[in-house]
Amino acid sequence: MAGPTQTGFFSQLKRYYSLYTGGFIGFIVMLAILEQMGVPNRILGYIFLGVTVLLYAGIGILSRTSDVSEYYVAGRRVPALFNGMATAADWMSAASFIGLAGTLYLSGYDGLAFVMGWTGGFVLVALLLAPYLRKFGQYTIPDFLGARYGGSIPRSIGVFAAILCSFTYVIAQVYGVGLIVSRFTGLDFGIGVFVGLGGILLCSFLGGMRAVTWTQVSQYVILIVAYMIPVIWLSVKHTGNPVPQIAYGYVLEQVTAREKALNDPVTPDGAREAEVRTIFRHKQEEAEAKLKALEAGGAVYLAAEKARLVNAAAELKAGRDAEPGAIEAAGKALAEFPADAAAARNAWHMAAETGRAKAAPIAAHAEPFAGTDEATRDRKRKNFLALVLCLMVGTAALPHILMRFYTTPTVKEARLSVFWSLLFISLLYITAPALAVLAKYDVYTLLVGSSFSELPGWVSAWASVDKTLMNVTDINRDGIVQLAEITIGSDLIVLATPEIAGLPYVITALVAAGGLAAALSTADGLMLTIANSLSHDVYYKMIDPNAPTTRRLAISKGLLLLVAIFAAYVTSLKPGDILFMVGAAFSLAASAFFPALALGVFWKRANRMGAILGMAGGLATCMCYIYITYPFFGVNAPLWWDINPISAGIFGMPVGFAGVIIGSLLTAAPDKAAQALVDHVRYPSLKSDTRTETV
Amino acid sequence: MQLTEKHRQYWRRNLRLTGMLLAIWFAVTFFVGWFARDLQSFVVFGFPLPFYMGAQGTLLVYVALVGYYAYCMGKLDREYGVQEGDE
Repeated sequence: MAGPTQTGFFSQLKRYYSLYTGGFIGFIVMLAILEQMGVPNRILGYIFLGVTVLLYAGIGILSRTSDVSEYYVAGRRVPALFNGMATAADWMSAASFIGLAGTLYLSGYDGLAFVMGWTGGFVLVALLLAPYLRKFGQYTIPDFLGARYGGSIPRSIGVFAAILCSFTYVIAQVYGVGLIVSRFTGLDFGIGVFVGLGGILLCSFLGGMRAVTWTQVSQYVILIVAYMIPVIWLSVKHTGNPVPQIAYGYVLEQVTAREKALNDPVTPDGAREAEVRTIFRHKQEEAEAKLKALEAGGAVYLAAEKARLVNAAAELKAGRDAEPGAIEAAGKALAEFPADAAAARNAWHMAAETGRAKAAPIAAHAEPFAGTDEATRDRKRKNFLALVLCLMVGTAALPHILMRFYTTPTVKEARLSVFWSLLFISLLYITAPALAVLAKYDVYTLLVGSSFSELPGWVSAWASVDKTLMNVTDINRDGIVQLAEITIGSDLIVLATPEIAGLPYVITALVAAGGLAAALSTADGLMLTIANSLSHDVYYKMIDPNAPTTRRLAISKGLLLLVAIFAAYVTSLKPGDILFMVGAAFSLAASAFFPALALGVFWKRANRMGAILGMAGGLATCMCYIYITYPFFGVNAPLWWDINPISAGIFGMPVGFAGVIIGSLLTAAPDKAAQALVDHVRYPSLKSDTRTETV
Repeated sequence: MQLTEKHRQYWRRNLRLTGMLLAIWFAVTFFVGWFARDLQSFVVFGFPLPFYMGAQGTLLVYVALVGYYAYCMGKLDREYGVQEGDE
């Protein structure tokens, strides 16, 4: 892929990728024709996923390299525009592609915290970090900490934090890969994970950053095309306007009017909603009563409850006039009865919460911080802003993103490439809220009020795939769908949009390929970050500084393999909540890296002791808060100022800043070399600067 | 290596620009977010203002901020003679 000059290289890249995009569109058209000819959907899904993964592997193999600079930073000649695309693909994960629109659908305005947080962070990257890191021009983020603060302790903390947040994040990606592969090919989840990982390794194993960069550019093209086509179609269907971002204001007005009608028991639709809500309120009260009795009676109550169910089932079996199905229902209730007090508490607590949520009136989509009283609204507002800040600062501190800005040829291109990255990212993030509103309009007007005997095809299709994604049950047995009877999982919205819009199956396969591209590209970047931290920062910089190039690269590749296998193993255990893990990675990165990185550039006085205190303190505070408040760990301490564990960074960041400042002021100013380094990174070019000619 | 007064001036102007853009970033994000409920009644293109800002407006501002910064810094580099050689 080498060209004689940078300009020649750029036009060559443009030609390659234009051809590539054209070829990809031709491929979609070809599959559409195959579909018309009657090729079954399963086969189309296989072809689509197989061809795209082979394509990434092909680019990966073509980009194989044994040059250190090519392997770690793609030779530092990635033009701003292409680095922007690669960063965008690196950035947008499975959570953005599949989860975001669904989160917006379910939580309305409050979900916009993710939209703002995941874009606004790039302002911080552009203004505070990218140009300076590019000028510094080494290979990893711990490199900067090591050079700026001296000694191996800041570097070691950096390596630890980089691995911690990248690994937390990569698990979420591998999970997404497994989910998509298993859903669209029918393979088992565990096998799906390993197939996806094979794809990741083929991309990055032989060519490191160089291979990852060029596959990420191609993955961006696929994911953005896959995201846009169904939304544009849906927009034309409902508004006649092919620009959904402009058209959905009008749709939002209609959704808001419909929400009002459904919440008003005087209208016929509203009356039916109220009926269903009453049933849910009873269920909630029932579960709460059981919980209360359990607290009072303990195991004795549990045994008595179980005995009651056993008797009821036995009576039904003995009697002759049992209603059909009643015996099965009693048997099912008995089989699902919680085994011990802890399980009962969980199950009934869940039931009470579900009932409470379903019994509440519909929250207005566009209303910020909806709540019944001032305290609830205030708590929501605090958490919204805290989450926005954590996501933004986390964005500006995640090593796999910052690393991408080492790959541009110049400082000027680094600044420009942040602009391109943000533009390409915003394209998807501006579309996601439109998709959420359009899908909501479809559900509120076409699905609600329709008859159970003639549900739209996509509803029954998805309900048969996975009950947590789509479930419609006729609670009040009137044969008509009410909104409170529909349960939608957040992943459904994007995956089902092609079917909601009435598009052929080939577009569904395209969306799956887009989701796979999003998950694979992010996983690639993260795994490379982890492997490079271990091989470059730990092995080369700390253990054996005289290691020959071939051994450094061999170790790097070996570690990549180990990390991938370990990640697949952890993922196959199916740990926790994906959105929480992603959020936690941001909070951790924000607390550990941001203060030391930003002050390292903007405050000459910052020194080693400050960096150690700030990074360790910030990271410890953040980890500690997550540990004591996130239910998974079982401590369940009270929240500080009502801040949710996902925004733990809100406490870690100030501790990090205070640590850097106090630690620095208590000890001597950094030495001449560190101060010269600060001057070096601040100016794109200094005539008398001996450091200017870096690799 | 010795920095000249000119170099220091370049850095001060960079700081001023960075500070100004960060202030705008902060205002559109947190100011609008904090007062979101009070701004509900304003309508733009059919959207309530806070929703429009969260879903689209702030994103466009962010893109503009980053683009403007890249443009201004490129100009500033040349003005102070600290730009990189041509490739």
